[in-house]
Amino acid sequence: MSEVTRHPLVRLESLALVAIGGFAGSNLRYFAALVLPGLAGTLAVNVVGSFALGFVLYERLYSGLLAKETRVVVSTGFLSSFTTYSTFALQSAQAPPLWLVVNVVANYTLGFSAVLLGRYVARLAEKRWSQ
Amino acid sequence: MEFDPAHVVGTGGAVGALLRQYVDHLVDVDEFPLGTLTVNVLGTFLLGFVTFLGVDSTTLLLLGTGVCGSFTTFSSFSVQTVRLWETGDRLRAVGNATLNLLGAGLALAVAWGLVRIVG
Repeated sequence: MSEVTRHPLVRLESLALVAIGGFAGSNLRYFAALVLPGLAGTLAVNVVGSFALGFVLYERLYSGLLAKETRVVVSTGFLSSFTTYSTFALQSAQAPPLWLVVNVVANYTLGFSAVLLGRYVARLAEKRWSQ
Repeated sequence: MEFDPAHVVGTGGAVGALLRQYVDHLVDVDEFPLGTLTVNVLGTFLLGFVTFLGVDSTTLLLLGTGVCGSFTTFSSFSVQTVRLWETGDRLRAVGNATLNLLGAGLALAVAWGLVRIVG
């Protein structure tokens, strides 16, 4: 966020975008937990969110077409609120020992793989439309 | 007074996202994603505390699902860990993955112990 100018209106705009993204992201996570209760719902939001954030981050590195404001609302606001570490940790701790291990391994391996898939798609998109 | 769960969660989520951005900015360092580690450990502690305390369902939606859920993040954690790994900082990548897990586990243990004392 260091490139954001210090003008009060710009900072206010950034805060509003983060708050709006946070409102929407937490709501979608809540909805996902109603559809897929327990460990599966949290795993799903963490994997999908990691893929999307991976794409947004590498898109900036590869082509950088998205506007800065879009990145703020999507990444810091929406996706970071959509995914969660606290619920993942609490659910793991409350699960039987075998499921604790399975859940941690599943969130970590699938989450990291999803970031790499997001990177792959961003690279693909850059190649596809840069010609 | 009855509140729509979506409004309760969303309000908490907006507050959690703003707090995350603030804390992340506060403890920002170049070499390591310390901000994400901090929010994940603090947020897990608070979620554990309100859960073990047994607060009512609306409060749990506001503080747990809303504030803590949004304050902590998995996507930033996974992206930052992958970035550390692929830029050659493999030790820091493994350290980040481990510290988030151990920190969150420790936070839950402390929250549980605290509730046993005050509850």
